[in-house]
Amino acid sequence: MPRRKRLVFIIVLIIFALALSIVLPINEGVLGKRGIRLGLDLQGGIHVVYKADLSSVESGERDNAIEGVIAVLGNRINPMGVTEPVIQKQGDDRIVVELPGLSITDKEKESLSRVAILEFGELAADEEEAKWENERGRWKPTTAIIDGEEKALSSRYFKENTYIYHNERTGEIELIFEWDEEGSKLSEEITGRLINKPMGIFEGNEPLRGDDERSIAPIVQTTITSSGRITGLSLNEATRLSKQLNAGRLPVPLEIIYDQTVSPILGADFIDMSLTAGLIGIVLVMLFMTLYYRLPGLMASLALVFYGALVLALFKLIPVTLTLAGIGGFVLSIGMAVDANVLIFERMKEELRAGRTLGAAIEAGFNRAWTAIRDSNITTFIVCGILYWLGSSIVASAPVMGFALTLFIGVAVSMFTAIVVTRTLLRLFVGTRLAQRIPLFSVHAGKDNV
Amino acid sequence: MFDIVGKRFWFFLLSGAVILIAIISLVTFGLKLGIEFSSGSIVTVGFEQEVDQDDLKQELASLGYTNALIQHTGGGDFIIRTHELTSEDKISLEDALAEKFGHLSETEFNSVSPMIAAETTQNAAIAVAVAAVGILLYITWAFRRMPKPFHYGTCAIIALLHDALVALGVFSILGGILDWEINLMFITGVLAVIGYSVNNTVVVFDRIRENLREDVRVDFTIVVNNSLVETLSRSLNTSLTTLFVVLALLFFVGASIQNFAVVLLVGIIAGTFSSLCIAPQLLVVWEKGEWKRFIQWLPLPVVKAKGR
Repeated sequence: MPRRKRLVFIIVLIIFALALSIVLPINEGVLGKRGIRLGLDLQGGIHVVYKADLSSVESGERDNAIEGVIAVLGNRINPMGVTEPVIQKQGDDRIVVELPGLSITDKEKESLSRVAILEFGELAADEEEAKWENERGRWKPTTAIIDGEEKALSSRYFKENTYIYHNERTGEIELIFEWDEEGSKLSEEITGRLINKPMGIFEGNEPLRGDDERSIAPIVQTTITSSGRITGLSLNEATRLSKQLNAGRLPVPLEIIYDQTVSPILGADFIDMSLTAGLIGIVLVMLFMTLYYRLPGLMASLALVFYGALVLALFKLIPVTLTLAGIGGFVLSIGMAVDANVLIFERMKEELRAGRTLGAAIEAGFNRAWTAIRDSNITTFIVCGILYWLGSSIVASAPVMGFALTLFIGVAVSMFTAIVVTRTLLRLFVGTRLAQRIPLFSVHAGKDNV
Repeated sequence: MFDIVGKRFWFFLLSGAVILIAIISLVTFGLKLGIEFSSGSIVTVGFEQEVDQDDLKQELASLGYTNALIQHTGGGDFIIRTHELTSEDKISLEDALAEKFGHLSETEFNSVSPMIAAETTQNAAIAVAVAAVGILLYITWAFRRMPKPFHYGTCAIIALLHDALVALGVFSILGGILDWEINLMFITGVLAVIGYSVNNTVVVFDRIRENLREDVRVDFTIVVNNSLVETLSRSLNTSLTTLFVVLALLFFVGASIQNFAVVLLVGIIAGTFSSLCIAPQLLVVWEKGEWKRFIQWLPLPVVKAKGR
């Protein structure tokens, strides 16, 4: 083998070894945490897009309002212990929240986007006004008029310094809060009006419940101006509430316009299933190639192993977030990866039939198939580019972008493995005794009439 | 040697028939749009106890979800599709179902608002259009040194429209019979098929280009036929290897990417056919100005009369 070609062979081996060292160890979760990053559909989690209602915000202040929303959402999400949360602005008034791997209850999810965590209510006179209902009756939001504007009392007027106090005398857990300036005025007005009457506390649609499962609705004893306490909560509930209250209040209301929540169990199944599909696909392709193209087919199959290692290594390095569709793209690219080889081998066969030596046929096959490989793959690249754009322009982006990216990487790497790796492997046989045994290269003697 | 080009009218007739069926199905059944395009919510739930699909449907109806669509998955879960649900709607729906059928667990929830759905639809349409134009331009460019580069581009586009139509037709039939929906993965699959189909066509055209360069005096029909025969085993083999992996995806993953795998399956078969039997044959017919001959050849008396 000439020196330069031997050098190429060695470089190919080195790249292969490098790729393997990146991909392995497989048993330490090649598709798990430390390995390839998994999309929401494979590891579970939530992907929510909020639309902020900016109608009450002046146009110059809108960016600040969104910044504020993102900060508060961050404060609310961080205590949940998500490893790689994504909270970012999209467009003018949207916020994307992605919490991979998180298993979250509906209540927690709902409380994320609530402007005020807690709302206060008074008993409603008739059904019309009622917003809540519990075992103590029907309730409506309690309001007062401050500076000529009617405002409902809620935790949006809490200062962000609530804390939990264990009252040793009563043995009860207390959630202590302070009203801000506006809240003080509201509270003074309302508690003054409601003396000796109950005041309900609600979280979303649900009444706040104590550790005895009963709704919390204290009787107002005196006028409250500066600070108050909520008693009767379990320690866990009180801790959660305090954390959420201290995370701050959203400057504007949010509306969910897209929601995808996947349980982690579902994703785990998909990983197993798609691994099986990928393996079976690759084995079928190898069998076919080896049976049909014999020795070159076997070399192409070896190149396919190289291909798989290189693609997975790239997935880890870039890193590509793998979704189910992305795996689909990868598996599809396995089938398409041998296309370049098929093109080349068909050319080689023609050249061998025309009576060339193996070495000449290999070189001619590779050289003459090149324009077809290049031109045909460019169309796939165009489609990948368009799909990537489509993915980036829509909300449910992950599957489309994942597919575009993995197919692109797959086809690009396949050009390299087909042209460089297979050729290098085949050159190993040039000048050996095997090269004389033409049937190994699948040409039927005498069938050179094409 | 095979005479592929000689049977070109038969190929057109076959494709025409398939496309006619596709169009009839599209007109009768239409396409069932998934929530990505039509907005709404999908809740996937599993019950601990055995639950009958009809009972579930009845219970949903009594809760006011009269037009809810229910699908039973292989794993024993139910996929319930309704109008857009807020978190509160969903909680009360699940509570009501749990009360009736016992403990349930939610494996997936997906909700798309009309605003997002409209956006997705629009952008998907743009993507398909841009893909078609981009490929037309690219092929015209790639074959710019040929006598009529525009012919090559147009024929490749007709072939890819053919494949897209077949895929749409198959899905409208599947939608009509099995309630299969057009979702984002379907569009992704169609675009992948478009890329794949053109890929095949380009390989054939590339050979035509090469053979024309070698000998311009040979009749165009013969050049095209030779090119087809020379690339035939490549075209079939690549399609086969791709079909292997698509079938593996279909049988071993199924579920969420079932639509995707089926589009690819249909598209690869249609794409292989169109890149061998439609695109190059159209080139010949166009080159020779044979449209009139084709119409006269058609075994339809009415059309024949018109053709004359």
